[in-house]
Amino acid sequence: MAFGPYLFLATLEGLVQAAVLALTALGLSLVFGVMRVVNVAHGEFFMLGAVIAWAVTDALSGNPALGFLAALVVAPLLVGAVAFVADRLVLQRLDYNPEATIVATIGLLYLIQQAALTFYGPEARPVVPPFNFRVQLPWFGYSAYKLAVIGASALLLAATWFVLAKTRVGLIMRATQYDREIATAFGIPVGRVYAGVFALGAMLAAAAAVLVVPISQAHYLMGGDPLLLSFIVVIIGGLGSLRGTVVAALLIGLSDGIVSVFFSPTLAKIIATLAVALVLVFRPQGLFGQATR
Amino acid sequence: MKPQTRTLVLHLGVLALLFALQFVLPAYHHGIMARIMVLAVFAMGYNLLFGYTGLLSLGHAMFFSAGLYGAGLTVYHLGWSVPAALAAGLAAGVALSALVGLLALRTSGVAFMIVTMMFGQVFYLLTLQFGDWTRGEEGLTLAASLRVLGPLDLTNPTTRYFAALALFAIVLLATLKVVRAPFGRVLVAIRENEERTRMLGYDTFLNKLGATILSGTICAAAGAVYALLFGYFGSTFATVQYSILPLLWVLVGGAATTLGPFLGTLAMYYLVDISNDVLNSRFPGWDISYLGIVGAALILLILFFPKGLLGTIRQRWVPWLP
Repeated sequence: MAFGPYLFLATLEGLVQAAVLALTALGLSLVFGVMRVVNVAHGEFFMLGAVIAWAVTDALSGNPALGFLAALVVAPLLVGAVAFVADRLVLQRLDYNPEATIVATIGLLYLIQQAALTFYGPEARPVVPPFNFRVQLPWFGYSAYKLAVIGASALLLAATWFVLAKTRVGLIMRATQYDREIATAFGIPVGRVYAGVFALGAMLAAAAAVLVVPISQAHYLMGGDPLLLSFIVVIIGGLGSLRGTVVAALLIGLSDGIVSVFFSPTLAKIIATLAVALVLVFRPQGLFGQATR
Repeated sequence: MKPQTRTLVLHLGVLALLFALQFVLPAYHHGIMARIMVLAVFAMGYNLLFGYTGLLSLGHAMFFSAGLYGAGLTVYHLGWSVPAALAAGLAAGVALSALVGLLALRTSGVAFMIVTMMFGQVFYLLTLQFGDWTRGEEGLTLAASLRVLGPLDLTNPTTRYFAALALFAIVLLATLKVVRAPFGRVLVAIRENEERTRMLGYDTFLNKLGATILSGTICAAAGAVYALLFGYFGSTFATVQYSILPLLWVLVGGAATTLGPFLGTLAMYYLVDISNDVLNSRFPGWDISYLGIVGAALILLILFFPKGLLGTIRQRWVPWLP
């Protein structure tokens, strides 16, 4: 294959990655933005989404498309419920103290991994894509499902933006983010908003996982990479900013896709992680964020 | 008895007890105890930064591994003697913690945790990247013939126990000295209120840097001794799991107590070991590993026991505990 089409293929792969990453990172960014909580278990919500997607499609294996649609509804709902309960039982009792919540979410990370290992097992299992045809481009054929993933993520991102910017629920969330105490004074049930935001963040990660699981596979240790990449995206994009998150996800997803074509994936990860750590050290508000008040 | 004498007697008593244990412990627990003492040194190094200075790092596995690889690689590839390798491990720890401290201490709070975690991740990935020398996850084993210190054979269980105890005693007494010295008091002051400490005229950045280097070096010493005593080193020790374990041990034993890290390491090691057997025989096929036990322990501790074992004892009954 010539260099041009090769680069085009890498870009397409990068776009798929960026789309999924944007969804996952948006969940992390929302939770940090509104609640000021660093959720280390975010990658495990992603993993849980993928594992539940496998369970649902396996139960409805007669019709892959129907099974996949069911998974797209069931997995985020279940994962959201787990997150809601975790928030009520653990995080709320810690009063969202930053260091205590980090320790607690590390504990949650291990517990979810253990649950997946116990009930799902150590194997990596594939999920059948809902449809299976290739779009024939002049140089190579490309999976239509991957293109659909890009579309679906864009749709979900737009929906999240709409909820945040244009609805009453979004207004309440933004008010809580802006000033928790004033929001309480105006009668906003901050505790319920926090639990809802934590669940919503987990649901976004789960939805991203359902979309990506027919391309990769479900495995109980798959949460590490999405967590690290989401951290990177949220930090580069500026904490709590939706536009920054999407731009950074595009940047990271594309460059990761393209860089790993030319370098070894380990070296690509080293460079990316080091670069982001240095951004945090020298420009803590992120490349696109504004300095905090 | 004056409080100073009382604490000194307590610490020397613990060391004497560990010395005497060597003659009564059965072989299996004898081996585990040596390992626990070395890992407790790792936890004590972590405690200096987390407990006393109030800086929560999520990347301390890199300091432990710096010592581990600093000592292990020089022995394996260059054939260095044990003291030289030990010095190499310590030097690697000093250099890495100074570099990481200079960069990461520009941030604070949550950003500090994430930055240290990322530096730790970079270190882990580097051990994979240079797999030709480190053999990555598979790791390297040091031949028994290389692990001799003068007339002492470090593969002999008794020598190993005493070597571990020696390191443990040095670091325990050194931490006791440090936290009661003016430097240690300044670190506690920084933990309690950094702004006020700066207002009182202390250079908080320099003090925090000193704490980071001291903490990193102690962890590197634990790593170097671990490689030399147990003869194995691999990338697993650099994973984020080994950054979280010392945090867990310190939390269990009690942050900002001198003996807490050892107690926490001891308790968690045996808890994981025993509950593994008990739970897996009771629930066969559930694949219960350290994951579930460590996870549950972390959440329960932070919810109901945030001060840990010794922290609670100090608060309720023994206020003079250092």
